[in-house]
Amino acid sequence: MYGGGNIFEATKFDDLATEDPVKLAEFEARIARGEKIEPNDWMPELYRKQLIRMIEQHAHSEIIGALPEGTWITRAPGFRRKMAQMAKVQDEVGHGQLLYSAAETLGKSREAMLTDLINGKSKYSNVFNYPAVTWADSNIISWLIDAGAIVNQMANAKGSYGPYCRALDRICAEEAFHLKYGHDAVVHMATGSPKQREMIQAALNRWWPPIMTFFGPSDKMSTHTETLVRWKVKMATNDECRQQFLDMYVPKIWELGLTVPDPKLHKNADGVWEYTEPDWVEFKEVINGNGPCNKERLAVRRTAEEKGAWVRRALLAPKKEAKYIKPLA
Amino acid sequence: MNTEALKDLLYKIADDQLILGHRNSEWTGFGPMLEEDIAFSSMAQDKLGHSLAFYKILHELGEAEPDTVAFTRNANQFHNCQLVELPIGEYDFSLIRHFLFDNAEILRFDMLTRSSYEPIAKVATKLKGEVKYHVLHANTMIKQLGSSTDEAIERLQNSLNEALPYALGIFEKSKFDNELIAEGIFEGEEKLQTQWLENIKKVLSQTHLELPDLNTITPKFGGRYGEHTEHLQPLLDEMAEVFSIDPTAEW
Ligand SMILES: [Fe+2]
Ligand SMILES: [Fe+2]
Ligand SMILES: [Fe+2]
Repeated sequence: MYGGGNIFEATKFDDLATEDPVKLAEFEARIARGEKIEPNDWMPELYRKQLIRMIEQHAHSEIIGALPEGTWITRAPGFRRKMAQMAKVQDEVGHGQLLYSAAETLGKSREAMLTDLINGKSKYSNVFNYPAVTWADSNIISWLIDAGAIVNQMANAKGSYGPYCRALDRICAEEAFHLKYGHDAVVHMATGSPKQREMIQAALNRWWPPIMTFFGPSDKMSTHTETLVRWKVKMATNDECRQQFLDMYVPKIWELGLTVPDPKLHKNADGVWEYTEPDWVEFKEVINGNGPCNKERLAVRRTAEEKGAWVRRALLAPKKEAKYIKPLA
Repeated sequence: MNTEALKDLLYKIADDQLILGHRNSEWTGFGPMLEEDIAFSSMAQDKLGHSLAFYKILHELGEAEPDTVAFTRNANQFHNCQLVELPIGEYDFSLIRHFLFDNAEILRFDMLTRSSYEPIAKVATKLKGEVKYHVLHANTMIKQLGSSTDEAIERLQNSLNEALPYALGIFEKSKFDNELIAEGIFEGEEKLQTQWLENIKKVLSQTHLELPDLNTITPKFGGRYGEHTEHLQPLLDEMAEVFSIDPTAEW
């Protein structure tokens, strides 16, 4: 997953005041021509800052996103699901690894990013602050959250920063498998026993509100991102992504005989989906640390970092001299 | 050929792999660094695949479907050694266990490629390469961490001392050991243990870790006969949590 709903800092009028206007113009011209910006190329500080922020958030979302589905690895029913669940979650951790490397090219170390994650200084996709209560929740995540992530990542892959785009190309290829896996698992539940159908509908009911917030606040309330759009950092607006997601997946959900828990949800004659506006007050609350699972997610990550610290220290240490080997008698 | 002997061999191999695979997968999201998360997860997937391959041979011999065998038996019906069922503990313990187990596993696979029972030889030949990577990973990490900081060396040494009695349990003979040797199906636990000892000594000699004198250690036997620690049944209950909601359902 899970590059959805990036939270951008509002850009200020004087952000670019200190930049060399000639270099800035050349930089913008390159992006307008569709060229990629590479790590050693000149770039405005604001560009660097926002990209680190975005890629870092994306990387955190991958490794925190591994947790709700990860708790179901040991409980996945049957060999086929158990192996696929393992592989899927492993991919997400691998995405995190790729993305941390991409962000490192901009000058922030992985260790520093992980420290900021644990301190609550940098964010991750808000949906992972909700619990995966049953196996069915895990299936809904694999299908629909990954689907949302693909919408977002396909857009971002056309962005301007070379290392991020290349990482996203690889990630999107794997996400396509996640989507298939998630869809297949949901199909089995939705067409299975009454108990299975009940489980999957309940999971959809729980996850629909977070899913609707996945792409971030409505454009009406978003901060000004014109510069980021011009620089091809932000490739589509939150509402554009949300519309695309609804258009692609609501029919597929209905096809399975499942009910989307939003009585207002329908497609207008002009092709635009109407829906109940998500609760953006709750969204803010959760992002600021007060969701059902924020503390648990960060505590898990913190424990992993602390318990693993000796390994990282040891791998950085110079090799100890060989011990004396007793000659054979 | 004695089918009971064959089944006994297959069960212990497959159960070891299933249970260790399950344990290794518990590292997903909790590793000391992302690279190790990924390594343990990838080995877990391989182990699960290996157990499935051996359960399939068992199915051909008349046992139940792999899913039924894996997800519905109780602890006393499992033939894995106790080493693999122990909790993951901290990374040093999981690494030491992985080192001790996979160094035996690669030799077991090697022997099985020469098995007179063709389905076993075929599977072993096909999957041996994956176990090679597991051993390579274990040996590399042990060599590196075992010659690094005092802290790392002390942790690994403690875990080695703790795991060793259980590791010797890998080689607990079944009542069919001689028969399997005579029929050319499997070359036997004793030969396996001798080679294993040589190999792990070779690796440990390149580190600051000391192998305790094996003559002073009482092996933890029983696993091959269905006797397990208190850790196995909860693992199995967790594994079956969803499956047992409806064992006849397609999940
Ligand atoms: Fe994902
Ligand atoms: Fe991902
Ligand atoms: Fe994914």
